[in-house]
Amino acid sequence: MNFESELKKGNFIIGECIHCKKIIWPPSEFCNQCFKEVSWRKGSYDGMIIEFSKHNNDYFCLIEIENTIKIMCNVSSGIPDIGKHVKIEKCGIKDDGYYFEIAVK
Amino acid sequence: MPKVGIAAYGITKFSRDDMKIESVLLKSTKKLFDNSPNLSRNDIDAVLVSTNNNSKYLSAILAEMSGIEPRIAHSIESLCNSGTNAIVSGYSYIASGLADIVLVSGAERYDSPGQILEWDNSRGEFKHPIFWASIFTKAYKREFSITDEDLALVPVKNHKQAQNNPNALSEKTYSLEDVINSKKLTDELRLLDCSRPCTGGASILLASENTCKKFTDNPVWITGIGQKTTSAGFTKNMTFSSMESTQIAASNAFKMSKHSVNDIDVAEVHDAFSVCEPMALESLGFADKGKGMSMVKELYTTNNSKINPRGGLIGAGHPLGATGIAQTIEIMKQLQSCANKRQVDNAKMGLIHNMSAAATSSTVLVLEK
Repeated sequence: MNFESELKKGNFIIGECIHCKKIIWPPSEFCNQCFKEVSWRKGSYDGMIIEFSKHNNDYFCLIEIENTIKIMCNVSSGIPDIGKHVKIEKCGIKDDGYYFEIAVK
Repeated sequence: MPKVGIAAYGITKFSRDDMKIESVLLKSTKKLFDNSPNLSRNDIDAVLVSTNNNSKYLSAILAEMSGIEPRIAHSIESLCNSGTNAIVSGYSYIASGLADIVLVSGAERYDSPGQILEWDNSRGEFKHPIFWASIFTKAYKREFSITDEDLALVPVKNHKQAQNNPNALSEKTYSLEDVINSKKLTDELRLLDCSRPCTGGASILLASENTCKKFTDNPVWITGIGQKTTSAGFTKNMTFSSMESTQIAASNAFKMSKHSVNDIDVAEVHDAFSVCEPMALESLGFADKGKGMSMVKELYTTNNSKINPRGGLIGAGHPLGATGIAQTIEIMKQLQSCANKRQVDNAKMGLIHNMSAAATSSTVLVLEK
């Protein structure tokens, strides 16, 4: 199992170092503190909006998940605002890069 | 630490020309030689090339095309602050004694691959720089109650200053209305808020204290260097309304130079987008937090061009690998009192601020006469 193979299937997983008790982001095989191998677990799909803007008619948001992971996301539904809660509706790999789509709660 | 100075320079006009990267490199190097009658090809110990271009072996190619057979030759790439990082590498070769004279040449084409950091997947589908700049702009506006109209003064000022720079890409001035009415890219950014990637080259010759005097009666010394890389990924920034790496790099550069921001008479700051200028002024210490735009307004209304006299990146254009070197040439010319129409009065000490990838990395140089 690794982050990208799961992301390809639409699953969002998180790498964690069990020794350092630390989430490792961006995804990596090794902890950036102790270089031990990370363990993978199902990630939370819930996050919070830190900042947002709009491109053409589409919002894009910077969200934070589990108080650590910050990612830029497309918005599938809802009107974003700072501090609003969101849920990752879809994620995957497109044109060799990651994409994340959220619904604003 | 032994003194390292800037002995000569060469720069091309910044344009949207479709030129081979090797030609861009050679052009500014030729100009450097034209400006330095005492410089012989055999003098040069190292040739360093700063670029994001994908072509290989460019330092050896430039050396061959210029008839130089250096001991040291390699490229340096770190996105938008490649130029000053190459200068720091050249400085280090001289300070360590590995070289006495170093040619640092930066070049880029208008279609540089350095605009996109593919690795940074935390940006999702938003990898173009306008998206991090939009997040910075929104965060800055929100935190300090700044409006789009306030920020529009940055391009107005920098395009105006660029009109006194014959090498600048910009060939006209713009009003606040022009900026506000220019093409909307996102809710936070208009086209005129952005520096434009372009084709351009800039070269400088670094030399040790004694050797410097062989090439110029008016050397400029690099007396402060500060660098900081906080991350590679944009979303790892701790704040989106200030530049942490810039603040640390500036503090280190001032410490090394034994001076403070109050001693700086003229500066080139990395205004990749409008919001970057006030943020940089605050992070460098020129202005208090949230007061960067007040400083820009005061400079503009008093016709004071001490910040970005050549027009910054917005006015001069942004050929990534050449930018930091072009900024350094500008400060050198200011300190030598040969900046013509854009000369800042009595400039004795100057600063260069060059950063990359949403301020995840910054380089700050202090130069003195």
